[in-house]
Amino acid sequence: MTVRRVMGIETEYGISVPGDPTANPMLLSGSVVNAYGSLRGPRAGRASWDYEDEMPLRDARGFEIDRQHADASQLTDEEDPTLANIVLTNGARLYVDHAHPEYSSPEVTSPRAALRWDRAGERVMLESVRRLAAVPGTAGVNLYKNNTDGKGASYGTHENYLMPRATPFSEISRHLIPFFVARQVMCGAGRVGIGQDSSTSGFQVAQRSDFFEVEVGLETTLKRPIINTRDEPHAVADLYRRLHVIIGDANQCDVAGLLKMGTTSLVLAMIEDQALTVDLSVRKPVATLHAVSHDPSLQTLVELRDGRTMTAVQLLWAYYEQADVYLQTRHAGAIDADTAEVMSRWSSVLTRLERDPMECAREIDWVAKLTLLQGYRDRDGLEWSDHRLRAIDIQWSDVRPEKGLFHRLLQRGRIESLVEDEAVEAAMVNPPEDTRAYFRGRCLEKYPAEIAAASWDSVIFDVPGQTALQRVPMLEPLRGTREGVGDLIDRSPDASTLLQELAAAGR
Amino acid sequence: MPSQEHGRPQRRDETPDEAPAPAAATPEATARKDALDDDIDSVLDEIDGVLEANAEEFVRGFVQKGGQ
Repeated sequence: MTVRRVMGIETEYGISVPGDPTANPMLLSGSVVNAYGSLRGPRAGRASWDYEDEMPLRDARGFEIDRQHADASQLTDEEDPTLANIVLTNGARLYVDHAHPEYSSPEVTSPRAALRWDRAGERVMLESVRRLAAVPGTAGVNLYKNNTDGKGASYGTHENYLMPRATPFSEISRHLIPFFVARQVMCGAGRVGIGQDSSTSGFQVAQRSDFFEVEVGLETTLKRPIINTRDEPHAVADLYRRLHVIIGDANQCDVAGLLKMGTTSLVLAMIEDQALTVDLSVRKPVATLHAVSHDPSLQTLVELRDGRTMTAVQLLWAYYEQADVYLQTRHAGAIDADTAEVMSRWSSVLTRLERDPMECAREIDWVAKLTLLQGYRDRDGLEWSDHRLRAIDIQWSDVRPEKGLFHRLLQRGRIESLVEDEAVEAAMVNPPEDTRAYFRGRCLEKYPAEIAAASWDSVIFDVPGQTALQRVPMLEPLRGTREGVGDLIDRSPDASTLLQELAAAGR
Repeated sequence: MPSQEHGRPQRRDETPDEAPAPAAATPEATARKDALDDDIDSVLDEIDGVLEANAEEFVRGFVQKGGQ
């Protein structure tokens, strides 16, 4: 059992024009995407998206909803030419999702790599902001790595985890719902305002929790479910499912982000191995999710179906303990470094959250944000309804290092960082080497003029002299790695040679 | 009032040798926390300098469409 698996993070950014709240967010988001695309040269990274294998209406419970009964916002596979959509040389997808610019990271195999390529996405967004700010006669565009405007709108940060198809979806739901109810105390991003439209003043642990209204479902933009059933594996469907997790917040603290990806991956591993022996099902999960978020003291008691009550931290300890026992009994002495790091961080954070949550101000977003807000409240005697506190909450996530309040704290050494700036910078252009993102990214970097389109599971070549487009399917996420195709790409001067070599190698 | 049974399983004290123990309540960590507390006034001064001047207008102007 390990934290390692194929995973990735999608982040939708908040977008606004200073002084112009009525600016069209679809067009603005398109300008953000195109600004970055044009930075990369005339054609590099401009390949469009191949929608052939997108199935946003397929449900993991085993049925497909009728297109005419779907909400228009669920139809994510119909290409709108006015919406920008490009694939980057690092293997990521940069595009407009509804009314937000979104960066979907390339597939990686560890929580640390997920952090690194997600942080690369923040830098991509920053580059666009800089570029647009330099356009004469315009007010520029600001981007925010957050998940709500505090006025009733929310936009997502989604995690994706590759799982074996054989694991029953009902088992995934059963064990993940209690975990997701509690997980927010480790990885919530903090929010000023309670209720979707902040109708009650106060501070809560997570940005997204108030926007979740049902336990299980297919929707992502309305009636949001704790467990999303979208079944779009972007891989061999008989072998894999891609668990699409929509309940998390966008993290800026590396430790919280590591724990979000790492502990969830471990819980999934235990579900796959049928190693979760304790039933932790909670009563009224949606109401409990909200109640836990609304109590930064973390004293709220969660009621289990079997009658026990415990705090969210204690519920997480129950998952931790099962993981610890499982690792000790089945993998004693042979725990990989990524897993050991997550387990060690996990117990350290839970210990301190239980003692005094404010001890985690260097590691957990909501605690870091609350520490700053409380500083203002103490100094200036501010009520939670004060506009300054709401402004701090928003400006916290501005991607510009000089304006973003998280970035100011990071620069002052008040936040623990796990990923070096140089590594993030390299990840803006280079793909991970151990997934199919390597093939996608390297091809876009080396043969940009000969690629017509790409997607998670295909690259489509438009080779001079050939009448038909040539589609290279990539349905195995762990094929197309540097080890597998690095030499081949290195020695192929053009796409035509590459395709011949691939055919000869029988790939 | 029903009794509240705390369902936390027995916690292990030992951690694997190869795993670092980050940020336990060591004297160093305590000292660092005190230093951070002393630092908060200067942090607030710094943040004052970058906060949007008109908070009310800034908050009102931050309007988003719903996403996924």
